[in-house]
Amino acid sequence: MTVVSSINQIHRLCNSFAVLTVVSALILLMPTQAGATGDENRWFQIKSSLIGDNHIQDGQEILGLDTPKRAMDAAIVPITIESKFDQTPERYIKKLYIVIDNNPSPVAAVFSFPGNHNWKSLSTRVRINAYTDLRAIAEISDGNLYMVNNYVKASGGCSAPSLKDPAAAAAQLGRIKFRLPESFTAGDLIPTQLMIKHPNNSGLQFDQVSRFYIPADFVRTIQVTYNGEEVFTADTDISISEDPSIRFGFAPEESGVLQVHVKDSKGRTFTHSMNLPEQRS
Amino acid sequence: MKQVITTRQHGMFINFGKIYANLLQLDTSLLFQKILNIQYSSACFSQSWIVLLLALSSTGVAAGEDLQKIAPGIYLWLGVHEDFSRSNKGRIANTGFIVGSERVAVIDTGSSFQQGLRLREHIRAVTDLPIAYVILTHMHPDHALGTAAFNEDNPTVIGHQNLADALARRKTTYLNNMKRLLGDSSEHTQLVMPSHSVSVTQGMRLDLGDRWLELKAYPTAHTNNDLSVFDTQSGTLWLSDLLFVERIPVMDGSLLGWLKVMDGLIASNCHNLTIENRDLSTTRHNQNQQPCQPISQVVPGHGPVVTAWRSALATQRRYLDLIANQIRQIISEGGTIAQAVETVGLEEEGNWLLFNEYHGRNVTAAFAELEWE
Repeated sequence: MTVVSSINQIHRLCNSFAVLTVVSALILLMPTQAGATGDENRWFQIKSSLIGDNHIQDGQEILGLDTPKRAMDAAIVPITIESKFDQTPERYIKKLYIVIDNNPSPVAAVFSFPGNHNWKSLSTRVRINAYTDLRAIAEISDGNLYMVNNYVKASGGCSAPSLKDPAAAAAQLGRIKFRLPESFTAGDLIPTQLMIKHPNNSGLQFDQVSRFYIPADFVRTIQVTYNGEEVFTADTDISISEDPSIRFGFAPEESGVLQVHVKDSKGRTFTHSMNLPEQRS
Repeated sequence: MKQVITTRQHGMFINFGKIYANLLQLDTSLLFQKILNIQYSSACFSQSWIVLLLALSSTGVAAGEDLQKIAPGIYLWLGVHEDFSRSNKGRIANTGFIVGSERVAVIDTGSSFQQGLRLREHIRAVTDLPIAYVILTHMHPDHALGTAAFNEDNPTVIGHQNLADALARRKTTYLNNMKRLLGDSSEHTQLVMPSHSVSVTQGMRLDLGDRWLELKAYPTAHTNNDLSVFDTQSGTLWLSDLLFVERIPVMDGSLLGWLKVMDGLIASNCHNLTIENRDLSTTRHNQNQQPCQPISQVVPGHGPVVTAWRSALATQRRYLDLIANQIRQIISEGGTIAQAVETVGLEEEGNWLLFNEYHGRNVTAAFAELEWE
């Protein structure tokens, strides 16, 4: 990687990170409207802060979005986004926004792709508190924007988008795993799962014991590289479930090093790498 | 303090220093309330006639409301095997009370202020003794949201050491969920935080007058704040949601932790407050141990009282163990949560009520836990 491209990369990273933070802050402060148009107003305001006046086209030919109809566990709702065309340096999804309208911080994640790797499917897990639209918005390398969205019902009465065991989560914070098939063919897309042990705490709750708000503590940036080249970068927020999981597809060469750099809101950084094929010692 | 609460360890008194009476208004609560109000008003319209009919037919403590005397001085108000609804007013979990010669302890308060009031009416129909304790067995809204109905009794509200934190994290969601699902029945419901806590390493004994209750806090299982109540006089162990009978168990803590707790209970011959703590204890601790007492019956959080409680626990264990093993298989094959939800444990459908409402949730939560094994 040249110095120039890595500087560009940092710029891009900073830009999308800033967008995410600003949008989250705006939405948190934004009053919601009562009545049937409330949800639409909310989306309109999220859209304005995210991409301004730019036109978004129907994305059914570009993207697939798989979500459960109902959030079964409000804290862990699996979602999958498919790209419906081959990602090539000529035409690729540059950015992918995941938006959950009615969450306190609606922009769950912004993925950036450099266009040098093909992929077909991307999955993660999110928190869903209320009945909401969930959107995937792709910004294509030619500048066009496309969106698909699903309506997801909230879970039943006793499920909440909270940590199940904060003490256990804290005890293992920072553990990282890659999960891949045991064998693969060079050049073929393989499903790869990145798992990060992190409470991904929203900071919206009051601690009864300390009498202070539990500080926000969540993963902000996840950058995956292969042989030093960016595969994707994700700017993430509190709508991502505890122990963030990202399942993505990429086509490894005969051998190489898959690496991840994680940064959280408290400034901690975690790194993990894996040789492919895996060398068991 | 009006009453003596002693802990098991070294006969020490627990720290009463912190009273958390304040109710909190989080910045986000209004926002969510507004969002949910929209859902509520549209859903409410079609069902308003049902609510009206029920309102007309259910004032006062009606006979046949499933209040059972399950042992001398122990009363169980049986929850119905349904999900939260306006028609059942959220009375879906078991609640009850235990009467000593001097005072009364309430075990769980239901999902609303109104349900708490009705439970209090049941108590007053049985005894005029002071309601000294409210014991909350865990955080879930079907068990822990009626406590404000007992404010006038000024009870000591007791829960697991993690309960206050767990409730604080879920306060907004739970109150909004109940408003959405129960409608008018959720009116005036507010969260009352426990004023005293029981630690996992140290049980608590409560004196009701000629009758002692032993409170035991568990490591993360059904939730991270499960508490059981043992009545030494009758040998009744109130396990609450550590055991589901007939209704499908719901996992909201740790599947592996829950299996471990069940194994411990099934293997035990009797109830011993400090049995879990031997590794941590000193010889002095052991000297303070109460004699191990036989368990005559178990009260689950949902479903009827069981005397064959080991087999009831084994039935629940079999289901959770079965989904654990099938999920492990899918994880080892590189599968996803969505695949697991579609295939795991479906053969269990005929064995549990409300299977379709909660099974997928169990699989989802278990998957996220087990993939870190």
